Amino acid sequence: MTFKGRDIVSIHDFTKKDLLHILKRSKEMEEDKPELLAGKILSVLFFEPSTRTRLSFESAMCRLGGKVIGFSDEKVSSVKKGETIWDTVKMADRYSDVIVIRSPIEGSARLAAEAASVPVINGGDGANQHPTQTLLDLYTIQKAKRKLNGLKVGFLGDLKYGRTVHSLAIALSHWEVGLYFIAPDALQMPDQYLKDLQEKGIPCIQTSDVFSASKELDVLYVTRIQQERFPDPMEYERYKHAYRLDRSLLEHVKKDMKIMHPLPRVGEISPELDETTHAAYFDQAGNGVTVRKALLALVLGR
Amino acid sequence: MRERKVPAIKDGTVIDHIPSRETFRIIRILNPQEFEHPISVTLNLYSKKMGKKGVIKIDDRFLTKSEVDRIAILAPSATVSIIKDYKIQNKIQVKLPKELNGIIKCSNPLCVTNKEEVRTTFKVVREDPLEVKCHYCEKVYTKDELEFMRK
Repeated sequence: MTFKGRDIVSIHDFTKKDLLHILKRSKEMEEDKPELLAGKILSVLFFEPSTRTRLSFESAMCRLGGKVIGFSDEKVSSVKKGETIWDTVKMADRYSDVIVIRSPIEGSARLAAEAASVPVINGGDGANQHPTQTLLDLYTIQKAKRKLNGLKVGFLGDLKYGRTVHSLAIALSHWEVGLYFIAPDALQMPDQYLKDLQEKGIPCIQTSDVFSASKELDVLYVTRIQQERFPDPMEYERYKHAYRLDRSLLEHVKKDMKIMHPLPRVGEISPELDETTHAAYFDQAGNGVTVRKALLALVLGR
Repeated sequence: MRERKVPAIKDGTVIDHIPSRETFRIIRILNPQEFEHPISVTLNLYSKKMGKKGVIKIDDRFLTKSEVDRIAILAPSATVSIIKDYKIQNKIQVKLPKELNGIIKCSNPLCVTNKEEVRTTFKVVREDPLEVKCHYCEKVYTKDELEFMRK
């Protein structure tokens, strides 16, 4: 299987075979390969702020011996002067061997992939897709549980607007899993995704009770209630503190249940859980570098 | 009730077998105000297969491919006949394309197609009931949510 020249735009573009191949390459990337991408240049075009995604891509490229150019704030690019994403990508296409783009505009990564001849990786396009996050989530689950088949995975928080939840649920549906969607009714998983999952035969349970659902779970994936995605500020105020996990949760869970979070967290998980064996969210962030190393190597044909 | 004949036209186009409820939406996408020739619309005609159907007859005007594709989206059961000298020259069953290019507007204000000069592309993900997905922002729309591009 070759990924050389392939764009990484949406989790919907990947078959189970593709996902397994990426997971396998990610495991190999746990080892240092400091010369693998020597002489290669990554363009990082970030039209909105990001900490983990940008730093982990840059770290991944540096750890493989490649170089990084780019910007992380559209105010310092020509976009401020009115340059389009299309034109910006056309330029970066000639300056580098691979491009990572992040923008609040949905579909911008697909457009960038059409503009560029070099591979384009989507670092997040608004509320739409963030495939590298999904792949590192999948890798974290597989690494922590040593399998994907047979797991019961719960999603807690903003399931309505949370793109990480939507994409990870779709990715997990390639395996035999049971999914629990834990949220207030107003923030529940959209019907569109539930329908897709049910058509694939994935058992899905919706509830607002985190304690009773957690008993069953192998993984609990927590998300932030994202203020920036709410069209109505009043709705955000109503739900911003809907859940806060602390030690009281641990009485209800399996010994080896893992808690994940794409971060940043703003109060959903108490720091008192950080030192427990359940906390997997910082390892998850660390896995971001490993998986992005694999993706950069794959699309560059190395 | 027996089917009643709609007055024949000499030259032009007849769109038949339209579900009655979609007839006005189809007229709207044809922009009848922008051409001068007569257009006649009949609603609630009895049809054995469909129950109630609509028929649109347009004098001296033939449809473009884009117009036929738009009709196929709203009324996949429709037929389009080209009439010359009162005779049917050609009759086609409309066919829903797998991909709709430059026909539908993405209603997501944050979609890149509403920010930059990009031709919209939608993929048909389900035919019945119709669901189409924006190639760029991946939003899925049902038939009732579709907004057609102005020509």
